[in-house]
Amino acid sequence: MAQTSLAEENASTPLSSSQSITLRIARYNPEHDSAKKFMEFNVPYEKWTTVLEAILEVKKHFDHSVAVRYSCRQATCGSCGMIINGKPRLACFTKISELNSNVITVEPMNNFPIIRDLAVKFERLFDTHHKVKPYLIRDDTEITTNTKEFLQSPEELEQYIQFSNCIKCGLCNSACPTMATDSSFVGPQALAQAYRYVADSRDKGKDDRLKIIDDSHGIWRCHFAGSCSQVCPKGVDPAMGIQLLRGYMLGFRS
Amino acid sequence: MKIHYGTALAAVALVAVHILMRLTQGFAESLEYDSVIANYKFIPYAGMLEIILILLSIHGFNGLRVILLELKQGRTYEKAVSYGCVAAMIALIAYGSRTIIMVNTGMT
Repeated sequence: MAQTSLAEENASTPLSSSQSITLRIARYNPEHDSAKKFMEFNVPYEKWTTVLEAILEVKKHFDHSVAVRYSCRQATCGSCGMIINGKPRLACFTKISELNSNVITVEPMNNFPIIRDLAVKFERLFDTHHKVKPYLIRDDTEITTNTKEFLQSPEELEQYIQFSNCIKCGLCNSACPTMATDSSFVGPQALAQAYRYVADSRDKGKDDRLKIIDDSHGIWRCHFAGSCSQVCPKGVDPAMGIQLLRGYMLGFRS
Repeated sequence: MKIHYGTALAAVALVAVHILMRLTQGFAESLEYDSVIANYKFIPYAGMLEIILILLSIHGFNGLRVILLELKQGRTYEKAVSYGCVAAMIALIAYGSRTIIMVNTGMT
């Protein structure tokens, strides 16, 4: 049954539509190429066609060697981040029709090492994310006997809930101008996550985290350009999180 | 980084006092030789100038250090930049202090 489904997907016919766009895909293999080059494909589209679907169309019918990372196709997994017409976006969450252009250019995300074509390495993002201890820190636990769950009021939840929507897609890090020049900068994604846990009333690891981000390449390197917040597909506002974290560090918040 | 904010705020307050003091006499007059020497000999004012010098040196060289650290990274480079900026800061404070000391010890 699984074999039949795979065969059906591979044999699907090209999208039939009267509309088409030119899809320019950045091609680059660090092992062979000295510079990035673009390949152009004429791709038909419907008003609901996403950029990811157009790229997969190219893979199916024109050039199967295009490297792209994707999984859920519904802006949940954070895999398909790329630069689309100059702006970091999720390919699965960007409809061709909303770009208002006959030419769509897709490139790998900035500030990430390129594996090949549109696929980039996420090691730095995951390392910095891990560095800020993205989990609740406290001595007691909800699962021991005679304890109850840690309660929170709606107001306490409101302090951090938007930051827990982060899907680790890396678009904020890609848009960040400091990430472009400072290879050791912890980045807006990790800083937003640091805030998410610092602001959580159940967490007791605030001092640890503030120490971690109070580094020569930590929170103070943010210039508050705000581009991270502009590109987040989940409505997270890392720039605000960073400013609020600074409030904790300067003693304005506790 | 708190030192950067702290020195900036303190310098703004003291430089404001410094400017207000200059406004008590005409701008051209305040830059005359005798007037400048008199300022340096008035110990409370000379002390404030010394503090402004220290605050601005710390703030300026720390800012320069941060800009240089953002331009390039590397253990050796970062150490060189940090120590270099501290050395330059000390040299500038020493040179500025020398002027005040020379005036007050009659070496002018």
